[in-house]
Amino acid sequence: MNFQVMIESIPALLGGVVLTLQLVAVASLVGFVLALGVTGLRLSGKPWLVAPAYAYVFFLRGTPLLIQIYLVYYGLSQFPELRKSVLWPFLREPWWCALIAFSLNTSAYVSEVMRGAITAVPRGQIEAAKAVGMSAVMRLRKVVFPQAVQIGLPAYSNEIILMVKASSLASTVTLLDLTGVARSLASETYMPVEVLGLAGIIYLIINFILTRILRGIEWLVTPRLQSEAGRIAKA
Amino acid sequence: MSDTLPLTVHDLHKSYGSNEVLRGISMQASRGDVISIIGASGSGKSTFLRCLNVLETYQKGEVRFFGERIEISKRGKPAGRQIDRIRSRMGMVFQSFNLWSHLTILQNVVLGQVSVLGRGKAEAREKAEALLERVGIYERRDYYPIQLSGGQQQRAAIARALAMDPDVLLFDEPTSALDPELVGEVLRVMRSLAEERRTMIIVTHEMRFAREVSTKAMYFHRGLVEEEGPPAQVFDAPNSERCRLFVRQNFDH
Repeated sequence: MNFQVMIESIPALLGGVVLTLQLVAVASLVGFVLALGVTGLRLSGKPWLVAPAYAYVFFLRGTPLLIQIYLVYYGLSQFPELRKSVLWPFLREPWWCALIAFSLNTSAYVSEVMRGAITAVPRGQIEAAKAVGMSAVMRLRKVVFPQAVQIGLPAYSNEIILMVKASSLASTVTLLDLTGVARSLASETYMPVEVLGLAGIIYLIINFILTRILRGIEWLVTPRLQSEAGRIAKA
Repeated sequence: MSDTLPLTVHDLHKSYGSNEVLRGISMQASRGDVISIIGASGSGKSTFLRCLNVLETYQKGEVRFFGERIEISKRGKPAGRQIDRIRSRMGMVFQSFNLWSHLTILQNVVLGQVSVLGRGKAEAREKAEALLERVGIYERRDYYPIQLSGGQQQRAAIARALAMDPDVLLFDEPTSALDPELVGEVLRVMRSLAEERRTMIIVTHEMRFAREVSTKAMYFHRGLVEEEGPPAQVFDAPNSERCRLFVRQNFDH
């Protein structure tokens, strides 16, 4: 084990970490917003809105992320109209291609998490809201959403963790994210175990910190957990 | 003056596909009436109660609330504005309590007051605390529903309904989900409400309680009212043989 190489790799790898975190952060944000829309369509109850949303989720969940990245990166340039459009300066950049693919992909998974969480709110909870005379909008705001957030957050956290790892595929379109940097360092130094192992450890640390943060958020949005903790502390 | 009656129901019909669960039910509740509805499971009594505030829709017949006809669209949906307004004046207590699980007991009793009636937070809180005191769970006001026993949850649910100052209270088998030793505490609260001459419609299996507190009783059988009248008649000397048997079989439970 060559520790010297490992220590010398750290600065370059941390540069890759920045790109990885950037991609994950922006893609989860964009993906979340897209997912809200898709979930809205899927729960609209109108067949002509449900069907396209269903197809969207079906396609993006059913095909490999790597293929989706390739389709965006290599595929879009096949269309001369696109090459001429104002969007082309963005679309020819691998960073934007990876971001588009990640955002679309995660939005499909997240919309399933949202749909599951909303439909898991027990009927009786909604009936009780109806029975006191709450309007449909108020029922969503005061009862359905707060409960759905509690129900869906663990699965959502899971999706974020998965995306951190899936972001390593950005390296396949020339991006120097954590994996991209590690790969090139490994071939420069001929020490793949040291460099890739270290990259793995860095992913582990990122995810460890992320799970702690997400656990904290779960705790924050579930006041019952706090009240129980308080009660145990008092006893 | 039928216009001033809190609730009148005329010839209510409801079916699920070809299965007719309500086959023409009428009812009149005057102010201060406590109407208990009894009957075997599947007789339609709970469905009927849920039609009164349109948690279930119905195909034929009408429900009037203080003379105002509750509108149901052709597609079976109630008109949002109207039904929200009427529901806020018709408290409902469910078999499975249905307290909002993400809120404390106190917040459960406050929410409707603030979000539907537009009361100020302080006023709503004061009212909620007084009601929780009344039903005997003031000390538990900062607990979450799952941290309470069934009887306590149901008493909180009654407080939640009362907080809206409803003109009519609907009870859908309020003690059926409770352990036997917890039934008494809920019935005690309901009895005190009946003694205040509140208008109440109670679907129940508690025969003794129903006979004591009701001003009127109805026995449902297969979607029809088979016997109705003062409790002394329905529970002690019904015309219907089936009703007599039903009451006898259920009286000591």
